[in-house]
Amino acid sequence: MSDSTMQHNLDLARQSILAPADLGETDLERVFGRLMGPKVDAADLYFQVQRHEAWVLEDGIIKEGSRSLDQGVGVRAVSGEQTGFAYSDEIMLPALLEASSAARAIARSGGAGRLQAWKAGEGLALYQPLNPLDSLSADEKVALLRELDAEARRQDPRVEQVVVSLAGVHDVVLVATGDGQLSADVRPLVRLNVTVLVEQNGCRESGSAGGGGRTGYECFLDSDRLKGYAREAVRQALLNLEAVEAPAGTLPVVLGPGWPGVLLHEAVGHGLEGDFNRKATSAFAGRLGERVASPLCTVVDNGTLPGRRGSLNIDDEGTPTQCTTLIERGVLTGYMQDSLNARLMGMRPTGNGRRESYAHLPMPRMTNTYMLAGPHAPEEIIASVDRGLYAVNFGGGQVDITSGKFVFSASEAYLIENGRITRPVKGATLIGNGPDVLTRVSMVGNDLQLDSGIGTCGKEGQSVPVGVGQPTLKVDALTVGGTQVG
Amino acid sequence: MTESALSPAVQRQLPAKAELAEPLCEALEEATRQGATAAEASVSSSFGLSVKVRQGEVDTLEHMRDRGLAITVYFGQRKGTASSADFSRASLVETVRAACDIARYTSEDPCAGLADAALMSTDAPDLRLHYRWDIEPETAIDLARECEAAALGVDPRLTNSEGAEVSTHQGIHVYGNTHGFLGGYPASQHSISCVVLGRIGESMQRDYWYTTARDPSALQAAIAVGQEAGRRTVQRLGARRLSTRTVPVLFTPTAARSLFGHFLGAIQGSSLYRKASFLLDSLNTQVFPSWLTIEEQPHLPGALGSAPFDGEGVATRPRTLVEQGVLRGYVLSSYSARKLGMQTTGNAGGIHNLIVHPGAMDYSQLLQEMHRGLVVSHLMGQGVNPVTGDYSRGAAGFWVDNGEVAYPVEEITIAGHLKEMFKRIQAVGRDVDIRGNIRTGSVLVEGMTVAGE
Repeated sequence: MSDSTMQHNLDLARQSILAPADLGETDLERVFGRLMGPKVDAADLYFQVQRHEAWVLEDGIIKEGSRSLDQGVGVRAVSGEQTGFAYSDEIMLPALLEASSAARAIARSGGAGRLQAWKAGEGLALYQPLNPLDSLSADEKVALLRELDAEARRQDPRVEQVVVSLAGVHDVVLVATGDGQLSADVRPLVRLNVTVLVEQNGCRESGSAGGGGRTGYECFLDSDRLKGYAREAVRQALLNLEAVEAPAGTLPVVLGPGWPGVLLHEAVGHGLEGDFNRKATSAFAGRLGERVASPLCTVVDNGTLPGRRGSLNIDDEGTPTQCTTLIERGVLTGYMQDSLNARLMGMRPTGNGRRESYAHLPMPRMTNTYMLAGPHAPEEIIASVDRGLYAVNFGGGQVDITSGKFVFSASEAYLIENGRITRPVKGATLIGNGPDVLTRVSMVGNDLQLDSGIGTCGKEGQSVPVGVGQPTLKVDALTVGGTQVG
Repeated sequence: MTESALSPAVQRQLPAKAELAEPLCEALEEATRQGATAAEASVSSSFGLSVKVRQGEVDTLEHMRDRGLAITVYFGQRKGTASSADFSRASLVETVRAACDIARYTSEDPCAGLADAALMSTDAPDLRLHYRWDIEPETAIDLARECEAAALGVDPRLTNSEGAEVSTHQGIHVYGNTHGFLGGYPASQHSISCVVLGRIGESMQRDYWYTTARDPSALQAAIAVGQEAGRRTVQRLGARRLSTRTVPVLFTPTAARSLFGHFLGAIQGSSLYRKASFLLDSLNTQVFPSWLTIEEQPHLPGALGSAPFDGEGVATRPRTLVEQGVLRGYVLSSYSARKLGMQTTGNAGGIHNLIVHPGAMDYSQLLQEMHRGLVVSHLMGQGVNPVTGDYSRGAAGFWVDNGEVAYPVEEITIAGHLKEMFKRIQAVGRDVDIRGNIRTGSVLVEGMTVAGE
């Protein structure tokens, strides 16, 4: 907890968002006067100024650079289960009042709302309130791209193409709620990525690596980190040149630590978001207290990890983030909530109310979702498998929260034969059933890792940065979508 | 709903082209003033309304309004890009300066620059892309209610809903560059959609249906949309798994669209010059069976993918992309064309109505033709390697035996290699889905690996 961080962020947000528009707190009161009413249960204003930049190196040259400035305010009124929403890219009083009239029309009857005195909300201090776009000079950014390019090309003569991208976001948000709470957050976010294409005897493969988090760009100046990305991208691409057809069918699967935690994000994460459970559209609806995983599995959603891509000091409704235990030793213990769904379900908000921008409505979303470490050594887990798949890297995944079926696509995988890792196999999609896949987890490693800061989650057309993680784990039976039958 | 406050946003007029051309031209002039040798910019403005009804009650009512200006400046062969939603004079200057600053750090790129002046669209046809839908929120809510009620009324096993949504959007987009080209046109898109859930015992399924069109009078009736959503959900109830096997697969039109999406990804310029395509060097070679024809039709009146010019002002042209199964063209912008030593195909920003020529058979005839195999109606996940063409995706659909649907299936994957899958296409149906930029009927592909229990 840090009151001084919140105060600093509030000052900064007032100065960079409200002051240029000549908006004061009395103006906000006027807006709420129009927005609130007897039938309105909750209302909020979400002010945002976001600066974004991206740089791309390709064919050894700095090919593209872009900067964007996006700002606006989202106005929401909630009455029962009903939400009225309007937004404007003009942060000005007339636009705010117009948006308020449009949003509050959801509540049928009119009437003057009254607002208590403004008070500052609480928040965490998980990252510096800095502007990553200013954390390096343009010369330094360009040099960084070039160094990573050179590093990747140095790895192997078979490297044909290298694309490096660097992106940074400086996001300043101010949330004002109908109960008089003012909260602000200054959110830096950076991302560096390298993709290589290798060629050998007319066969081509690609590989990519990267990372980032809520810091400035200087985290990438560590040359070991840079070399690590280059090595990893080239290693993956070369490995896939050697890969044989993946098996087709249901077999034991050992998932590596870190990013393969996308399993949890898809198999259980989405299904445990409050909105789907309030509406009973999730395969997990009504199952609190039931066993949904083996006793080895404890899964949390934790928005409070310092500097992580999925972390937030406050969520987009002004609620401080927290660590929510979703599954404890196999038993379903919690959902991820925003304020609307928490209220309607008689639960507490968990700091998971997130939105892509001021132009989108908040909903329950994940932050950093991972499984806690277990008792087994990773080698022991692999040694326990006669014939199976060892999958260590993944593309994305998807879930149908109603049927519970989910997929995630391996981009680096190996056959396990007689307890040993043998040949690399081509990428393949794995498919399973969320409510029972974790009941088939028979071993959990002692090597919990989080991903390197690369995840983006999409839900109902909205993208937000997230994190995943897990230790090495073994699922006794999972369907592997290769082409090799038998 | 009685509040009159609902109305202003709905009755809002789109700005005239000239109104957007003003900040655009100012930005181009400012770029020249700041030393750019060339520049291009686009300005857009749009608004919309969306209502969602769930279990008979309003769930959300959203008013949308967006604006944006993006500018790319060139200093010889170096470029920089910036964008903003603020059209004020001060902000324009600032946005242009940001783009110019970036161009000081980007490299000389021999392929960078505007498209050739000679290729600019001169007499842009009116493609009838803009239709207002003056629907009051109250009426939209009623439509959504009707739609959802029709869906839930299909079968008593349909017990829950994610709701029915009615939305209307209008926008205008203007593009200009320092060749003196300035073009723009308004466009609209209106939709009705519905998602309902059914249950048998412990297992639940959901499915959806939607209608979308530029002209609201071309929309399917709300009740029909609902009934179709309901019918589709009921069909999925009681889905089983399959054992692992190799069988023919019939992709429904919605699922088949993604196959041609992968095809487009592989023949677009940026994939080709990066050599990141499984169709590298495939021009004038046999990619599909010899009976298959694919066209690009950018000028279909009122179609969702129609455009008189592309993202660089280059006139779009109808063309045959695949003729008797042979690939006759790529999908290029001026940049990727220069990288490949070719001419732009007017596809900066993408394809404009990809039309896969339909065959003679309807859906039930295709089932007969397949006789025994898998219908794939839903695909999940990414699972496609664009460099190698390796294909492995999650799927759900129906098992077909003796030319008829036997039962729904789920939790399986289908796998193959796109290059081979394209060659093994046995038939394209005449059940064409026109709700998008890629128009195809069902597609029957032989010999895919299904993984299951």
